[in-house]
Amino acid sequence: MRRITLVLLALVATLALAACGSDDDGGSTGAATAPAETTQAASNQIQSNPGNAKTTVTIGSKNFTEQKVLGEIYAQALEAAGYTVKTELNLGDENVALKALKDGQIDGYPEYTGTALLSFFEVPTDQLPKDEQQAYQEVKADFAKDGIAALPPTPFTSSNEVGLTRERAEELGVTKISDLKGKEDDLKLYGTPECRQRMDCLLGLEKIYGLKLRDNFTPVDPALRHEVLEKGQADLSIVYTTDPQIERDDEVLLEDDKGMFPPYNSTFLVKQSFLDQAGPDMAKTIELVNQGLTAQAMQELNARVDLDKKTPAEVAKEYLQESGYIA
Amino acid sequence: MTATAAMLAVLGEFGDGVDFILHAREARSGGTEVGGSTLLPMLVKHLELTGASVGIAVALAVPIALWLGHVGRGELLAVSVSNIGRAVPSLALVAFFVAYIGVGFENVTLALVLLAIPPILTNTYVGVRQVDRDVVDAARGMGMTGAQIVRRIELPLALPLVFGGIRTSVVNVIATATIAPLAGVVTLGDPIIAGGVYGQDGRIGASILVALLAVAAEVVFASLQRAVTPRGIRSTSRVRSLRRRFSPA
Repeated sequence: MRRITLVLLALVATLALAACGSDDDGGSTGAATAPAETTQAASNQIQSNPGNAKTTVTIGSKNFTEQKVLGEIYAQALEAAGYTVKTELNLGDENVALKALKDGQIDGYPEYTGTALLSFFEVPTDQLPKDEQQAYQEVKADFAKDGIAALPPTPFTSSNEVGLTRERAEELGVTKISDLKGKEDDLKLYGTPECRQRMDCLLGLEKIYGLKLRDNFTPVDPALRHEVLEKGQADLSIVYTTDPQIERDDEVLLEDDKGMFPPYNSTFLVKQSFLDQAGPDMAKTIELVNQGLTAQAMQELNARVDLDKKTPAEVAKEYLQESGYIA
Repeated sequence: MTATAAMLAVLGEFGDGVDFILHAREARSGGTEVGGSTLLPMLVKHLELTGASVGIAVALAVPIALWLGHVGRGELLAVSVSNIGRAVPSLALVAFFVAYIGVGFENVTLALVLLAIPPILTNTYVGVRQVDRDVVDAARGMGMTGAQIVRRIELPLALPLVFGGIRTSVVNVIATATIAPLAGVVTLGDPIIAGGVYGQDGRIGASILVALLAVAAEVVFASLQRAVTPRGIRSTSRVRSLRRRFSPA
């Protein structure tokens, strides 16, 4: 029974992805920067430009599933555009990845706007912009000073969320975080060790939403964030928007109605000098394949790696084909 | 004050870490204070966890090892337990416990008990076995019962090694308790794990504190070990324990 639902879910998601792809057909003319090209190409398919073969692009990524999938998507898309591509998809955390970019070990990698602001530009969590575009513009301006270009971000944001099982949500009758007010006394909240003192986590739930959850909070290894919900140890758990378990395990994310979680859209970082030398196809290709990357699509892609045990390369290829970017 | 500040500045990152221990400051992620006196509850939790784990381990391992040593059996068990204890990384042990039992003070304690048992068990067993057989025979000849021999002959003569085992366990547990924040217990490992909140200063500061704690435990238990050594074997025991420490068993 469970397997059948999974297959059905996968089918639905595939259809949804295909639908996203065809939607972009109509919408892309507005977003694309080079109108001459778009009138020529009737579909979204990436056009190979033999002139690009002389440029070797090394794509990097950090060391977790979503990053590896994104890295593979960009690598395969750029290859389809005619570039010679190498990958370095296991670079550790954001500091390692940025250093690799600055040292020229890689030419580009995907980074989240929220992470960049928090980690690289040391913006305190309570001062992070809540608007996705504003966050991106800040990141772009900050990186420009270092000679690094931040390309327009993905539609999906991969931020913190308050997650719970659908069953528990219905029991409590909650859909927004502020609905928890007055009910929090017997609710157990689990999150990462960092969560305890962060404004985009427990501290914010206390200070922004006025929820008295400090004594009900248990720090755990981030890898356990869904397990604690499933095993009934936690009523609420801090999860990430694009976690595949949300859809597969039937979890619900509470709406952040007071705008506490900063946006974490993924922007592709590349050295400005490299971008200039690589020609216009590079930025254009990355912007194109970003269009289909909604939170739902990203969840599904992560699920195929984490739960269905496919490789990031296979999943990236499936995404590019299902969206019609490659044949 | 300025002299201390200047000295800390000279020490670079290490000095920043020490400064973190001494003075509270705004968290790197904003909105709250970290460092200084806010470290105190973590230190207390760290010591509670260590005390509980080693206490339970002693209560379990010492009687078993005394009995095994007394009857002269279970060498294989004692050696195996010690070898397994050395082979299994404690991080894996805690991860295993978290996955199958859950999180919280009791569970982390349980994992740390398992980590603390092997050195105590092995040392106690060896301590009893190395008691001169002639002494035991003489005691028996004087009409002592088995229980009296354990209590008045074997345990006192084994005590230096027993305490050596406890000392090793305490240092192990203090170091390993730093991973407890991943399983629901906020110890001094928190600043080491949650770098985004505490920053590099916090990471180094907490590491310094944990190292100091381990060194202090080492010193305290070394003197305890000396204190419990019966006067009769004190001169030779040092040579013996040295020999033991440097021999690869």
